[in-house]
Amino acid sequence: MDVNDLAWAILLLPLVVAASILVGVKRFAGVSALISTGSALLTLIFSIMLAANGGGDAEVNSFPWINLGEHFRVDIGITIDELSRGMMLIVTSIGFLVHLFSLAYMKDDPGKARYFAGLSLFMFSMTGIVLADNFVMMFVFWELVGVSSYILIGHWFEKNSAADAAKKAFLTNRIGDFGFMIGILLVWTLTKSIYFEGIEAAIGSVTNTALLNIAVLCVFCGAIGKSAQLPLHVWLPDAMEGPTPVSALIHAATMVAAGVYMLARVVFLVEAAEVAAQWIAWIGAITALVAALMALQQNDIKRILAYSTLSQLGYMIMAQGIADGGSNAGMFHLYTHAFFKALLFLGSGAVIFACHHEQDIWKMGGLRKKMPITFITFALGTAALIAVPLTSGFWSKETILEAAHDQHMYGPYIMGIIVAFLTPFYMTRLVIVAFFGKNRTDDSGHAKEVGPIMWIPLAILAIMAVFSAYSFISGPLLARGHADFGHFHFGLTAILSLIGLAVGVGAAVFLYRGKDSDPISIPLFRDKFYIDEIYKGIVAIFQDAVAAFLDIVDRFIVDPVVARFPAKSAMGAGNFLRFFQVGNVQGYAFLFGMAVVLIVVLLIL
Amino acid sequence: MNTLEIIVFLPLVAALAIGFGAPSRATALGASALTLILSLVMAIRFLKLTDVEGTIFFESSRSLLDMEGFPQLSLSFGLDGISLVLLLLSTIVMFAAVLAAPKENEIKGSSKLFYLSLLLIGGGAIGAFCATDLFFLYAFHELALIPTFLMIGIFGHGENRVRTAWTITIYLGVGSLILLLGLILTVVGLGGTTFNIQDLIAIARVEGIPAESQPWIFGLLLVGFGVLVSLFPFHSWAAPAYAEAPSSVTMLHAGVLKKFGLYGLIRVALPMLPAGAEQLTNLLLVLLLGNIIYLGLVTIAQKKLDRMLGYSSVMHMGYVFLGIAAGNEIGISGAVLLMFGHGLSIALLFALAGWMRDKFGTLEFEKLGGIAKSLPRLGLVFGFAAFASAGLPGFANFAAEVEVFFGAFASGSGEEIGWIRWTTIIALWGVVISAVYMLRAYRYLFFGPKPAKLEIPGDLNWASRAPMLLLLAGLLAVGFVPELLNQFIRPAVEGLSLGSAG
Repeated sequence: MDVNDLAWAILLLPLVVAASILVGVKRFAGVSALISTGSALLTLIFSIMLAANGGGDAEVNSFPWINLGEHFRVDIGITIDELSRGMMLIVTSIGFLVHLFSLAYMKDDPGKARYFAGLSLFMFSMTGIVLADNFVMMFVFWELVGVSSYILIGHWFEKNSAADAAKKAFLTNRIGDFGFMIGILLVWTLTKSIYFEGIEAAIGSVTNTALLNIAVLCVFCGAIGKSAQLPLHVWLPDAMEGPTPVSALIHAATMVAAGVYMLARVVFLVEAAEVAAQWIAWIGAITALVAALMALQQNDIKRILAYSTLSQLGYMIMAQGIADGGSNAGMFHLYTHAFFKALLFLGSGAVIFACHHEQDIWKMGGLRKKMPITFITFALGTAALIAVPLTSGFWSKETILEAAHDQHMYGPYIMGIIVAFLTPFYMTRLVIVAFFGKNRTDDSGHAKEVGPIMWIPLAILAIMAVFSAYSFISGPLLARGHADFGHFHFGLTAILSLIGLAVGVGAAVFLYRGKDSDPISIPLFRDKFYIDEIYKGIVAIFQDAVAAFLDIVDRFIVDPVVARFPAKSAMGAGNFLRFFQVGNVQGYAFLFGMAVVLIVVLLIL
Repeated sequence: MNTLEIIVFLPLVAALAIGFGAPSRATALGASALTLILSLVMAIRFLKLTDVEGTIFFESSRSLLDMEGFPQLSLSFGLDGISLVLLLLSTIVMFAAVLAAPKENEIKGSSKLFYLSLLLIGGGAIGAFCATDLFFLYAFHELALIPTFLMIGIFGHGENRVRTAWTITIYLGVGSLILLLGLILTVVGLGGTTFNIQDLIAIARVEGIPAESQPWIFGLLLVGFGVLVSLFPFHSWAAPAYAEAPSSVTMLHAGVLKKFGLYGLIRVALPMLPAGAEQLTNLLLVLLLGNIIYLGLVTIAQKKLDRMLGYSSVMHMGYVFLGIAAGNEIGISGAVLLMFGHGLSIALLFALAGWMRDKFGTLEFEKLGGIAKSLPRLGLVFGFAAFASAGLPGFANFAAEVEVFFGAFASGSGEEIGWIRWTTIIALWGVVISAVYMLRAYRYLFFGPKPAKLEIPGDLNWASRAPMLLLLAGLLAVGFVPELLNQFIRPAVEGLSLGSAG
């Protein structure tokens, strides 16, 4: 198979699987799960073959989708370059491990076939984003990942909370996509192209920098929605209502990173729009900080991880805004984070599975001894997340902070450093409360280690969490980002990070060791700065109340003024309209006749 | 008789046969199936044509009035890519509507009248889309309107149905009159020698109506056609009528017949009154925002599925108007494609709503809930329909909306964000609004726990699923491969010679 066949096979295979489950295979839940997992394995193999097929860019066939001749044309086209090869490996490798884990996790779920159809639909959509060679195609798949996310978050839709979370995720993303589409249209207006290649070629001759900055910010809105940046971050914590493997794949490792990937794909646009780039960096940094603060006071194991995902995505977005040439740092962190965060989520899934769907860390405790493999892998994932030196997360986070420092972006830099204090604190709190101490409830008391189908993915991801940054792994995987040891210097950033690590871990150990309830209480952080409540108010006033008001206006003002009043007065004036009485067909026939006569008369005159 | 004439008259002849005692459902099904097959044959024959730009094909003409000093009147039909797409829309939806209609013994009242009317509505729409003579374009539409009124008054739901039938009759009657006046002025202004649309356009290109009188006539046509399409603020007839009509009638009217006004703007008003169109563009932009934003918000406020769908249908007309207002090849192509996508998706949604009304006895959001758990097939089909309507990629509506948005942006000048680009930006918020009301409705109806009192009927069977799957297949096919229809639309729109507008 050449590059062309491989690329199209990776894209279309999951679609075929999803469609076949939909039209009939769903009757056999086990078969559905197996073909979905099998297709995930195949796409992983194809992605490896694609990466092994030599570096550099490759020409791939494309097909016209919308074709309006010379006026407008959108292709379903594929970009094969280092960026897409690397991203495909991340998506398919974690995708396969999550499929595998799900075989056990969702074994007895009545909606198993639907679940795996959703996963396959997601793999198709995500692949489309990664391979897209133009903005409109990317937007198409951008929306489609939103749907698969909706389906999977709402998997247990009989629960009100899951149903609401699914809706909230889709609608919040739509708000981001509103901006994204405006951005695409503006970029098209400025460069006359929707193709990344064409835009890059034309970007140098764009003179209207004000509009270019606005266009880039609008495009960035898409990333704000998908990558859950402030102020559209509110959907991601709620998305934890979905099955935990979904949270690992979609809401931690891949889909939420699509915003970062998109900015890497159009890095030339970000670099050309300096003001917009600054905004991007600041929004990323603020998200990183605010989300870390929220994470300090959460008690649900998945929500802690969700806020930490927000915070880490903030780091990546910040790196994309810093635009340090080639956008290495952001993609590098995306890559390392994908593995260790997928690990942490699957680990939390194992814990939740073992504790009979208990998610409150204060109702766990002592799991270290009951679930040793889960504990060790979870600890390694935590080490990477809190950037213990020599783990993958350390290298990628250092790269981002170094870049911020080197580019004199001191505001984002300082916020990034503060996050480096907070992350070790809340993660250590999580590990101590859930895994150490004594069992606080029966659920955690009866917990036992999960089976190999679940712990094998954990083990593989744990290896990646520690070593993925080293070039013997990342070299072939991700040419555009790896631990750059030659460049690394032990300077101010590294010292501050290490102090942050020590202080964060130390403080958490000191505060939480042996505790059965949270000794500190900060309602502002626990209640997420009341942002959800504020939004609820905004929606209630500016949408629902306005809608209800306009409904009344429509019924009692527009309808009477435009319709009833003229109708009545016309009838009063002349009874002419009696011809329109229900069933008065002759009236109509008469009108036709009149019309003909009228025409004739007009012509003669 | 050529094939096209057979397509036009088959439903009418079948209606007549039912009137004389032929078995109503069987005849209607047979006639609508045959019309659908023949229109697909026409599409295939169309593909074999070469050099199709701006030409009308398969023309037939029977001269009715050809006297010195009178405009030539002939019963003539023909197809270009635009009318072919609308013909396909009509025949698909007509077949689905007949399929979805209740069995003879389930109809309260004369089943003869019911099926006869369905065929008249469908046949009238087909005639209007295929007519190449302005007189018959108008007359066929009127032919379809009358049974629509009757059906609401006789077979509709709810206590207000007679009043609703009254309202829509007066409303659309006045609209038709205004339209008639506008058409008469157009024909007279263009010399009054012919009703043939192509000839009139040719005359308009050489020596058109004086530019200063064009806006007035175009304004009349805009209001006349606009009333029929429920252009803001002439929309208030639509939602109650759609909610109270039998679902098959709503499928045909909201899905097909309503497109007549839009078709008329593209076929008649734009090419015959280009200067008028240009001068009234900004007015149209304001009105269409009324459809998208104002009526979009009103849609959010609805508490019953049928009314919500009725308003949503009105709202989505705003996007077709936006494509027309763009006035360039991209925008008009998008408008035509969106007519098709919207027609299928709203017909599908009303088919579903009709089924649910029959089985549950109510469509109020408050009384329903948690349906997806017990009726997974219904939940799945409704989910597809809702996402199609909300403009999700993979369905025809999305591809069409992309074309509309790009067309509208392309018709702005330079790098300036003028009227039409601002309108597009605001209109894009409507995409959020559509998602809000559709997903909320889906959430209310299908998700969450089931209300204790709600009795759950059996799931969709194959008979009730057949028309829905037909419509869904059309939406997905065109959504994945818009070229299926774009190949027809493209040369036809090129033929409109919109050079002056873009």
